[in-house]
Amino acid sequence: MSITDELATYLGSANTRAQLWAALAEHCYLALLPILLGVVLAVGAGWLGRTWPPVRGTLAVAANLVYTIPSLALFVVIPGVIGTTILDSVNVVIALSLYTAALLVRPMLDALDAVPQAVTASATAMGYRPARRFFGVELPLAVPVLAAGVRVAAVSNISLVSVGALIGVGGLGRLFTDGFQREYYAPIVVGVVLTLLLALVVDLLLVLLRRVLTPWQRPASPNRPVAAGEAA
Amino acid sequence: MTIEFRGVTKRYEDGALAVDELSLTVPDGSMTVFVGPSGCGKTTSLRMVNRMVEPTGGEVLLDGRNVRDADPAELRRGIGYVIQHAGLFPHRTVLGNIATVPMLSGWSRRSARRRAGELLDTVGLPAELGSRYPAQLSGGQQQRVGVARALAADPPVLLMDEPFSAVDPVVREGLQDELLDLQRRLGKTIVFVTHDIDEAVRLGDRVAVLRVGGRLAQYGTPADVLRHPVDDFVAEFVGKDRGYRGLSFLSAGDLEVDDVATAAIGSVPEDSDEWRLAIDAERRPRGWLAPGSTVDGRLAEVDLVAGGSLYRRGTSLRGALDAALSSPASLGVVVDDDGATVGVVTARHVLDVIERHPASVTATSGTANTTATSRTANPTATSRTPRA
Repeated sequence: MSITDELATYLGSANTRAQLWAALAEHCYLALLPILLGVVLAVGAGWLGRTWPPVRGTLAVAANLVYTIPSLALFVVIPGVIGTTILDSVNVVIALSLYTAALLVRPMLDALDAVPQAVTASATAMGYRPARRFFGVELPLAVPVLAAGVRVAAVSNISLVSVGALIGVGGLGRLFTDGFQREYYAPIVVGVVLTLLLALVVDLLLVLLRRVLTPWQRPASPNRPVAAGEAA
Repeated sequence: MTIEFRGVTKRYEDGALAVDELSLTVPDGSMTVFVGPSGCGKTTSLRMVNRMVEPTGGEVLLDGRNVRDADPAELRRGIGYVIQHAGLFPHRTVLGNIATVPMLSGWSRRSARRRAGELLDTVGLPAELGSRYPAQLSGGQQQRVGVARALAADPPVLLMDEPFSAVDPVVREGLQDELLDLQRRLGKTIVFVTHDIDEAVRLGDRVAVLRVGGRLAQYGTPADVLRHPVDDFVAEFVGKDRGYRGLSFLSAGDLEVDDVATAAIGSVPEDSDEWRLAIDAERRPRGWLAPGSTVDGRLAEVDLVAGGSLYRRGTSLRGALDAALSSPASLGVVVDDDGATVGVVTARHVLDVIERHPASVTATSGTANTTATSRTANPTATSRTPRA
């Protein structure tokens, strides 16, 4: 049987299609919820690094260390640490949140450092208190750099979720374990294609989100200073 | 609101002294310019007013109240602040930037933006700019938005830290004029920091010259600082042209104005061996017709030699001397408020007036005022009449 026939047979089954949708939905949940949580963690780390600069070095090193822990090891260790069952999807969510945060901490710190001094000084001089200044001025200005990090983290997460299949929670990853066990290639091909498509769609959505959040950076905006009011 | 520095000192942890026993008073509704070389503590002194920097000794008083007793954020909302490069928020529109302090102070979004719209007009920017982002403005426009933002909550005090140093000289001069005009209308108490002595004497009712190490060298009116520098440091700092700059503060008084031979544009001038001033129908000067030059038919602009600067009647002697020196005919053209030609002055006439002047620049420079100490403000300095 050729691979196309195999695919046709595989996708022809309504049962399979329902399973695919469920796997895709689970994959989205497992990959994207950690993005949100990871961003929150990274913002927290950024806030900490701004208010208490000595901690910055530690944060950056810790982030690097977390990222070097193999994902499978983390999936297995987390239940032991927080007392969830080994098959709980929360394990994967927590692990990927940590990876996302680890990936974002350094760009977050760098982006906050890149906010021009004149801008933070003038915010202080206008009468901003530190927390409002952070969320109202510094964080919005860090969005472009942060967004670039989030795009990398999102794609990385979408691929890492599949590893979760080895501990029974893996969204589309289960198509791979399933296919290998049965030496049946259709689910593997479908799994790869769906993973790629998901990564593409999510990346596109993140680009759009960034554009919405940073209207001041739109290249389309015409740069045409008004002449009136200039001559003096 | 009066700003008073009382023995203010700022010493950093490494022992470096940024400001040393600064004592001076900025009277209500006047502009004081802190000027000095880099490292003289002028910006540090400015920032002690709104507690961006805390003094290690002495106190800063606003209308007699120590700024340390106020909540820093609340205090700052009542003090306008304009920074070099404007320091605008790149992610907010022009209106959003200007509305910053009203929004922080709890105004409704609508009234804050309405107020921001008014301020655009106050600083001479068109309303369409309101929806732009700072990166879409020129340097001069950004600086105006910076001023508008500082004025938004109508604070009695304005701190300006080298606000115009990053814009080109032509735009800078325009911004300076507008600041003076704004100050005449609004009567804020302003502390302005610059390293440019020309800017200092142009803007300040009083000028505080600071030396490296944060010591006040001299505090007085611009004319005073130019004419009677207390020591070599101030004399050096105000520069070699200080005698000439000092003319800005001498009124032309009884300056003698001579008649001048004129030739109307469009007429057929006779040959002559003297300089003739070409004028238009409203008697505005257009240029000079050189001695012995011949004109084909009617006199047109192409036949003329470009004129020098014009001297508007009633302004300072500096303009009169400059008009005479810059004129190809060595005759400075005097115009009235409408720009119509009144006559001409020679450099000789201007020098006569300068020499007759009671507080002549040349007669007293460097000799008077030796009693003023360089350590702290001369107590009498604060009570001198500001420039009219």
